[in-house]
Amino acid sequence: MVKSGTIILNTAARFLMPLQLMFSVFLLLRGHDEPGGGFIAGLVAAGAFTLYLFAFGVSATKEVLRMVDPRDLIGVGLLLGMISVVPAWFMGQPFLTAQWWTIPVIDFKASTPLIFDVGVYLAVLGSVMGMVMALMEVDKDEP
Amino acid sequence: MQLAVLMGFVLAASSPLLNRWFGHRASFVLALFPALIAAWLVSQAPSVFSDGPLLLEWQWVPSLGISLTFMLDGLSLLFGLLITVIGACVLIYAGGYLKGHVDIARFHLALVAFMVSMLGLVLADGLITLFVFWELTSITSYLLIGFNHSNIEARKSARQGLFVTVAGGLALMAGLVLLGVASGNWSLYEIGQMESDLREHALYTPMLICLLLGAFTKSAQFPFHFWLPNAMAAPTPVSAYLHSATMVKAGIYLLARLQPELGDTALWVGILSVVGATTMLTGAFLAIHHTNIKKLLAYSTIMALGTLTMLVGIGTDYAMTAFVTFLLAHSMYKGALFMVAGILDHETGTKDVTAMGGLRGLMPVTATIAFVAALSLAGVPPLFGFIGKELMLEAVLAAEGFRALMLLFAFVSAILTIAVAAIIALRPFYGRRHETPKTPHEAPFSMLLGPGLLAVGSLSLGLLPALLGGNALLTSAATAVSGQPLEVSLSLWHGINVALIMSLVSLGLGFLLFKHWDRVRSHLATLAPVMRYGPEAGYEGLMNYIVRFSEWQTRLLQNGYMRNYILVMLLVLIALIGNSILLRHSPQLALTLDVQFHEVVVVGTMVMGAIFATISRSRLGAVVSVGIMGFSIALIFILFSAPDLGITQLLVETLTVILLVLVLFRLPRFSNLSTNLERIRDGAVATTMGVLIFLLIMTAWSIDQFEPISVYMIENSAPLAYGRNIVNVILVDYRALDTLGEMFVLALAAIGVIAMLKLRHDGTVNEGDKNNTKEPYDG
Repeated sequence: MVKSGTIILNTAARFLMPLQLMFSVFLLLRGHDEPGGGFIAGLVAAGAFTLYLFAFGVSATKEVLRMVDPRDLIGVGLLLGMISVVPAWFMGQPFLTAQWWTIPVIDFKASTPLIFDVGVYLAVLGSVMGMVMALMEVDKDEP
Repeated sequence: MQLAVLMGFVLAASSPLLNRWFGHRASFVLALFPALIAAWLVSQAPSVFSDGPLLLEWQWVPSLGISLTFMLDGLSLLFGLLITVIGACVLIYAGGYLKGHVDIARFHLALVAFMVSMLGLVLADGLITLFVFWELTSITSYLLIGFNHSNIEARKSARQGLFVTVAGGLALMAGLVLLGVASGNWSLYEIGQMESDLREHALYTPMLICLLLGAFTKSAQFPFHFWLPNAMAAPTPVSAYLHSATMVKAGIYLLARLQPELGDTALWVGILSVVGATTMLTGAFLAIHHTNIKKLLAYSTIMALGTLTMLVGIGTDYAMTAFVTFLLAHSMYKGALFMVAGILDHETGTKDVTAMGGLRGLMPVTATIAFVAALSLAGVPPLFGFIGKELMLEAVLAAEGFRALMLLFAFVSAILTIAVAAIIALRPFYGRRHETPKTPHEAPFSMLLGPGLLAVGSLSLGLLPALLGGNALLTSAATAVSGQPLEVSLSLWHGINVALIMSLVSLGLGFLLFKHWDRVRSHLATLAPVMRYGPEAGYEGLMNYIVRFSEWQTRLLQNGYMRNYILVMLLVLIALIGNSILLRHSPQLALTLDVQFHEVVVVGTMVMGAIFATISRSRLGAVVSVGIMGFSIALIFILFSAPDLGITQLLVETLTVILLVLVLFRLPRFSNLSTNLERIRDGAVATTMGVLIFLLIMTAWSIDQFEPISVYMIENSAPLAYGRNIVNVILVDYRALDTLGEMFVLALAAIGVIAMLKLRHDGTVNEGDKNNTKEPYDG
């Protein structure tokens, strides 16, 4: 049903996907101070892959994702979310208290909320991609 | 200490590894753990005897007052020793019993986990901690009873045990919460130290009933006793451990623990005495119906549990002494007897005592152990069980309420118990040799060690009660149960008194009953039609009813039509919102028409989209109109300076469109499925919903009961959370726990969708589905 796209879509997708992915990472990292954040960034990234999916089909997209199954992304996302809980534990503070560290050379604020946000990002990306790809696969096998 | 107990769970988890390293000797290695704990308990005993309870504090959730504090007093010391010593015996025994079993690692895992939960339960000081460990014992015992999970009976019994004990656990939780609220204290030690009397509290009666329900279900008291004999589907080591010494005694432990604070009221004495006595008689009476050796023992355990409950209910100093003595005696001989039953089953291949006979020559050690333990069960001097029974009878004789009833029940139970003891000790070992499925020979050392130790214990404690600090231990335990200092000094000879005469008479009558057991049993068989109407039938009926009810309501609500789901959801919402808005708050309609031109345009577009979506004759048209609404909403967010929400809304809309495009062609032809009447009904529901939401927003807008929290969030977002984007700070910091939960919801939803699509696709869903829906109650 969803055939590989036209030449315009194909060409555009090839260039847009990396851009969108970069944009999603940008949104993810700036999220704490400016509009953005893990959820939005995850959706943007999912949009990037979906565009590619529409242009080139499931198997090509799987190749782009290499070995990564979207379902694994969900798991990794949840795991990161849980991991971000741990540092507060060691500091003897209540559950989920945010911890902040500054990485000196590049002056970057690393923190557990950031890890958490990355977790959200991966979980959202994995969920959406998982659903979309499952739907596409159903279509693919039924003429 | 807490760490040691918690390490037990780690040990349980590592038992597969231990089994790989040590092979069949893993049981011995694992048995080191309870042995070490027992050694620690013994080392603490002198200070507990002299200085009273030992508190080992460990805060868990200080902000909620939940602690993992352990309290070691005489009662928990006695229970702790029973759990660890018998636990070590059972572990070693199980190594022989299940030797070569493929799943022995799983068995060890569940058994050690159960042991740890049980230890935690008797040592816990906090009410919440106690409850957590209580539930852990229910779950681990479920795994143990259902160990042979390929057997449908085992599964069914495990489920029954779980349902009954967990239902009781629910009541227990309510009871513990009431106790905590009534006393204002969540620590058992502190509650024990309190000045005020809980018995006079307004919540006393409901609290007591809830707590008793929890204890009675766990300890298989009448009418909840039926799950215990069924739980005999478990491997014998499990029965020996759970159903003699530990799990079923958890309820008894709870009763004994609460007796100083809640006991000695008319309600307490009445319920416990009558229920205990009834359970005692029921257990003893049902026991002689059976020829299955494990069932015989199971019913006699019910009898013992009834006795213990009754003794706690009587509540005199004498009864307390009898309680702790009987408890110790019962755990020892019943543990030994269950293990003997396991040996017989293991060696002969049958559990039916009438099919065994003349095994004395082939299995001399087993026969001796069985004989000693059964003498203790029957209460024959000079065994420890005799002291326990004497004290029990004397306590009943000295009781204040329900004396005649308890005395009669106790006397009859004693006769029946003696018959049971004789059946177990004599029937398999004497008389004519029967052909058995397996050729019997003496059990291996590992299987004889545990029961042997327990039998020796029964004998030596009977001869010399002061041995190994027996008196001191029981004194300390009895003191803990009664709440006042008590002195226990046990001896075999109490002089010639009523109790002794009753003992002797019951001994004679019991032996007579044993002689004519076969005839009695055939008479009893005529009662079978009546017996079918026991509490178990009630349980079955209730379960079947629940299954039928859920089938009915599933057919009604989950019929697979999207429009029905939405209808039901909206109706529920209308009922909830309508109730709260119209009855509790008066709806407000303070309209201020202070709107800009562009806002009107956006809202107008939205309204147009909505109208078009409902009247559109093509699906694509409807989808596009809904999309227009979504984008307009995004626009509104942006207009009111919420860029994050705007972006999210835009992205979600985009994705929705993508997903819809993917499924659009798979949907059936767009057609009108509803009748006109249904359309009018749906329209009415939709309109009502719309009006209600409008009222809700208007009302919510005009009430401000609380100062909005957004002020705090805005002020603290940069200084405390180091972020200027408040929406994101809320998501990942202020409300990170909510977000974490939502992540899980999202993941579950995605996995659900993926699973559904894949399963449908493979065409396997139908078959699997059928099996699943039938499972719950066919067994």
